Amino acid sequence: MASEEEKKAVFDAESAKEVVKELRASFAAGKTKSYEWRSTQLNAMLKMMEENEPQILAALRDDLSKPELESSIFEVAMVKSSCRVALKKLKHWIRPEKAKTSLITFPSSAEIVSEPLGVVLVISAWNYPFLLSLDPVIGAIAAGNAVVLKPSEIAPATSSLLARLAADYLDHSCIKVVEGAVPETSALLEQKWDKILYTGNGRIARIVMAAAAKHLTPVVLELGGKSPVIVDSDINLQVATRRIIAGKWGCNNGQACISPDYIITTKSYAQKLVDSFKCELERFYGKNPFESKDLSRIVNSNHFARLSKLLDEDKVSSKIVHGGERDEANLRIAPTILLDVPQDSLIMTEEIFGPLLPITLVDKVEDSFDVINSSGTKPLAAYLFTNNKKLKEKFVATVSAGGLVVNDTTVHLTEHTLPFGGVGDSGMGAYHGKFSFDTFSHKKAVLYRGFACDAFVRYPPYSRGKLRLLEALFNGSFFGIIRALLGWFKS
Amino acid sequence: MEESIAELRETFRTGTTKSVSWRKKQLRALLDLVNENEDSIFQALDQDLGKSRVESYRDEIGIIKKSASYSLSCLDKWMAPKKGELPLLFFPAKAEVMPEPLGVVLIFSSWNFPITVALDPLIGAISAGNTVLLKPSELAPACMSFLTQTIPRYLDNKAIKVIGGGADVGKRLLELKWDKIFFTGSPRVGRLVLTAAAKYLTPVTLELGGKCPAIVDNTLSNPSKAKVTAKRIVGGKWGPCTGQACIAIDYVLVEEKLASTLIETVKKYIKIFYGDNLKELKSISRIVNQLQFQRLVNLLKDPHVAASVVYGGSVDEEKLVIEPTILLDPPLDSEIMNEEIFGPLLPIITLKNIEESIEFINSKPNPLVIYAFTENETFKKRILSETSSGSVTFNDSMVQFLCDSLPFGGVGQSGFGRYHGKYSFDTFSHEKSVLHRAFYPELEPRYPPWTNFKLAFLKLAYALDYFGLILLMSGFRKS
Repeated sequence: MASEEEKKAVFDAESAKEVVKELRASFAAGKTKSYEWRSTQLNAMLKMMEENEPQILAALRDDLSKPELESSIFEVAMVKSSCRVALKKLKHWIRPEKAKTSLITFPSSAEIVSEPLGVVLVISAWNYPFLLSLDPVIGAIAAGNAVVLKPSEIAPATSSLLARLAADYLDHSCIKVVEGAVPETSALLEQKWDKILYTGNGRIARIVMAAAAKHLTPVVLELGGKSPVIVDSDINLQVATRRIIAGKWGCNNGQACISPDYIITTKSYAQKLVDSFKCELERFYGKNPFESKDLSRIVNSNHFARLSKLLDEDKVSSKIVHGGERDEANLRIAPTILLDVPQDSLIMTEEIFGPLLPITLVDKVEDSFDVINSSGTKPLAAYLFTNNKKLKEKFVATVSAGGLVVNDTTVHLTEHTLPFGGVGDSGMGAYHGKFSFDTFSHKKAVLYRGFACDAFVRYPPYSRGKLRLLEALFNGSFFGIIRALLGWFKS
Repeated sequence: MEESIAELRETFRTGTTKSVSWRKKQLRALLDLVNENEDSIFQALDQDLGKSRVESYRDEIGIIKKSASYSLSCLDKWMAPKKGELPLLFFPAKAEVMPEPLGVVLIFSSWNFPITVALDPLIGAISAGNTVLLKPSELAPACMSFLTQTIPRYLDNKAIKVIGGGADVGKRLLELKWDKIFFTGSPRVGRLVLTAAAKYLTPVTLELGGKCPAIVDNTLSNPSKAKVTAKRIVGGKWGPCTGQACIAIDYVLVEEKLASTLIETVKKYIKIFYGDNLKELKSISRIVNQLQFQRLVNLLKDPHVAASVVYGGSVDEEKLVIEPTILLDPPLDSEIMNEEIFGPLLPIITLKNIEESIEFINSKPNPLVIYAFTENETFKKRILSETSSGSVTFNDSMVQFLCDSLPFGGVGQSGFGRYHGKYSFDTFSHEKSVLHRAFYPELEPRYPPWTNFKLAFLKLAYALDYFGLILLMSGFRKS
């Protein structure tokens, strides 16, 4: 008698090939190209989110113990909003863009046509499993592609919910969800895709890009990094603290790519900052944060062990000034603040991705920029709290990151007119709003010429006269052209 | 080598290359370089490829001058941050997208347009404020030598370097970390570049090639249009480096009944432009080297292919010249119909109905360009929507390369990423989004502890339902 495992189909390279074959056939048949198909799918996705919110919240609770409000807003509402933006703007995005032409190609007209890339792969992450799965898929659909979504196995309840909902609501012949872990992902990566969008960490990103290289597949990599927060002294401390807390513990308990990772502030201001944190943390989460319903848990024991290790390092454990409590059975770590940890400690070199917030001290706030730039890597986001105009200007000019926010944290994610993506180690490419549409499109240049006005100067036999005329044409100078023509007629 | 790169990194770190005045100075210096060394460039191109002066001006010197001037005139505009619109909910706030340089970039250029394909990306990299290492192709040695010797005399050595050498140098360069790699060349080497870039998560632009088809429909029935079509096809095949160009016409698709008209007209113009026979060939480049020459000669060795030659076919091994050659319906499974030709051999494939050309093109990998000579608007629309290519040009060949407002790049096997004009600036930039917020007003519902009211508030806020928010706040709406 076959065991349960044997009965369950194995998704291997053959299965992956079949999936891609089916999607390629659907794409070649033109199914995904029409405006009607795209808007039908986007509407279906909207309906899917509206009709299944309780199940979605439940799955997120299972996988992450995500507070209902976070799930409702950052996963459901954001996906719905993204669908609505795409639906509203789709006709406009699809329309070709006129391009200018110059004297050299006169007479002509030109435009840039957006066409779908074909069959694309979206590999998403576990921390915002709905948002990071569906937001890219919205872009892929809007741009007219067939798409395979591979949700993260580290969030199994949401992965299987996504698979079920997608099969029920979306066009199965063009949009598929493939569940699984390393073997299934590897099988998918062996296939030829027209684009891959990966959200996750740098180690896997290298594997994805190397696999893509074999097929010359372009990739978008949404990675992470250590997003720093510079805190100046002459500010509204309470508002700043609350916004940092909202971006850190309010975002999946610090397990978010754009969560503030660490703080840089002056030695003289540090104590005030720590006191403010203590006060606001208690206001938000109560005296015993383990009893608060408003904090996600650590996703699994691997990450719990990883974060514990960061705290247990010798030179770090003595620097805890708030929190530090752990509950391994329930995968909980209290909001923890550390003061003045050494730059070479693990917690200051690796992306934390958890509820630990180290504060690094500098003499003058301007020294913060050196601290950030000396890390040698560019983060996904960087934040600054200040009222000092010059400091803001220096921040914007010298700190390179995916995106910057002054006097707030993380909110730039919600603004679809800003491209969301990294640079250097934090990734390549961007999406959200129209950027999603663009990232899954090929922008085809089209030049329309007529048969009239054939410039004889283009054709051999070549002569000095033709050379002079060409030079004049390239320089765009009428006078030069006339002179060359006159010289031509003379010779 | 590592020292040079360390210097480039250090220079970038100092911020020198970020200033608009530095960038403009370099672009002006590049213009001076080209203006003051035209003769040397003509000579180098003649030595490496047998390019005539007009071809060299049209395809190399003129392009670089135009590109540098255009960048100079647009640079301030390109560098300016783009304002973003924000919804009322964010008020008061300011959003912008700021272009910033990526850092230290590596440019690999190819041998067929050794000046253009080296300097045009360089213009983009400089405009965007990066430091650059340029590795020209050793297969065009006179041009490589010209670049390695002349660039240091005009441009800022600490920020812009040129390195000579062969494939081994290229390999070593790929083992190091770059902030961007721009590669022009073949898909085979493109894969190697991309694989090496993956180790450092380096973003890449690949400008590859493909078999660029030219579709010709019944405009051939009109004699004057047929003439123009033939001239443009001949000019688009043998004009650029005798077919050794990524955007050269690779093969032609035409209806059976019009094939002979096409062939006769094309032959006529080959003779007018280039001469009657191999001995009297002029105004045309030669094959770059023995390896490429043999490769092309081998394409003709297949007896079925050789039998399909209807014009030309003669070769001069010593001078590395192959006569402009036309083939009529070589077997579709032959190498010449499956590999990018990159040379002066032009297969003409006949179809019963010209609409079949779409299916034919789709059976092959995406090319860099599709050329279509037609005035039929419906057919044009079909070509645009049913085929995929880097770009499409109707009723002409090659000239799309001159349009600074059109992105130049491939898709699928012909590459990804694009450049020319502002696209060059963008390809070497990171678009950093910047959001400025104020401390006031504060939205209390952002913060825990969570309540139903806060949930209702945020849901309305995310839907930008201002009216709903007002109702909620004034108690007229339940949470």
